Amino acid sequence: MTAQLNSACRQALVDYLLHLGDSDTVMSQRLCEWVGHAPALEEEVAMANVGLDLLGQARSWLSYAAELEDQGRDADQLAFLRDEREYRNLLITEQANGNFADTMARQFFFDAWHFHLLTALCQSTDAQVQAIARKGLKEVTYHLRRSTAWIKRLGDGTAVSHQKMQDAIDDIWTYTGEMFTATSTDPLLVEAGIVPASAPLQQQWLGYVQATLQEATLTCPDENAYMQIGGRQGLHTEQLGYLLAEMQFLPRAYPGATW
Amino acid sequence: MLREDGQRPALDAIWQLLDTVPDPEVPVISVVELGIVRQLNWQQDRLVVTLTPTYSGCPATQAIADAIHMALWQAGLEQIELQEQLSPPWTTDWISPAGRDKLRAYGIAPPAGSASKRTLLGEEPEVHCPHCGSVHTSVISEFGSTACKALYRCDDCREPFDYFKCI
Repeated sequence: MTAQLNSACRQALVDYLLHLGDSDTVMSQRLCEWVGHAPALEEEVAMANVGLDLLGQARSWLSYAAELEDQGRDADQLAFLRDEREYRNLLITEQANGNFADTMARQFFFDAWHFHLLTALCQSTDAQVQAIARKGLKEVTYHLRRSTAWIKRLGDGTAVSHQKMQDAIDDIWTYTGEMFTATSTDPLLVEAGIVPASAPLQQQWLGYVQATLQEATLTCPDENAYMQIGGRQGLHTEQLGYLLAEMQFLPRAYPGATW
Repeated sequence: MLREDGQRPALDAIWQLLDTVPDPEVPVISVVELGIVRQLNWQQDRLVVTLTPTYSGCPATQAIADAIHMALWQAGLEQIELQEQLSPPWTTDWISPAGRDKLRAYGIAPPAGSASKRTLLGEEPEVHCPHCGSVHTSVISEFGSTACKALYRCDDCREPFDYFKCI
């Protein structure tokens, strides 16, 4: 499969795979920060397990990126030895955990994007992209079911939980538009049938989000509001540097360490 | 020893051998019954074992690969290659009927229904209590002691139990 890609397309795919792998990695790291702090043990276990699924998917995407770029790096080196400006994750994934409603709003928007994207990638013309997407979709479906349930439970709960959920949604909303912005090289991949176009994906996402928020008695913010972008160009919010400093400390302080 | 005379052992014998390798998380069930050994092939004198992970992030994946490698090596096979295959993705439908019985006897409710029916986003599955068989059960948490399980409670006998999630 990879032999059929010309070099421009190959580079575009590496960039896209880093975008997927980095988004999963950073989301996973954020979720695992809840361990020892979650409001209930069951939720702590759930967030750690969602994080674990995402870490596994990140390894698949980054391994494939490493194979295609062919520079002798592996998934671990991509995750632990690249700096902030080289990370291609969505800005929403690096935002701080905040309170439980903040975390669930972030998770819900991310899961809904992830679910619709992986569903489309199951039809990718690239066999490996398709295989990883089909594997991941089963897990992400479960994630989306859980975060959707929390949006409804908190939104349609008490006056306090409703207000906290609404505030959380309003606060994170500015980071959702980036999920559907394309880079200059994405059209190459869309044309080759490797990844889906972002416009139909955005409509599916918005339809799901609006229906869920309505059922949760929450107000969906303006879809045409100003959106923060830059993650795919390596232009991050200040949050990411701190996250990477913690995540990458060990392999950078003790290069090649094993146990 | 599968291999005393320098001949390649039959694949059937190797399947039987691997059926004695327990899953590290749920040791009552073998890696074959769990459905994660997908294929065995000979490439000349090298045995190729194709494995499929249950969950992308399953921490037991490496332990399973090591256990399989060790079992084959102890049986006298030296040239072994383990390959990972993602597609088609593992599903709980691949857990054998014998494996399901063993899970139940161990106190873990086996997956209810078929993963192919897209029960994931639909209504809750009917989960039977592995202790008393009651269908009056309720979910405590959608995630349990491992990524592949959820935590349930029996409303009749009051025992909590793990449920092997249907994916």
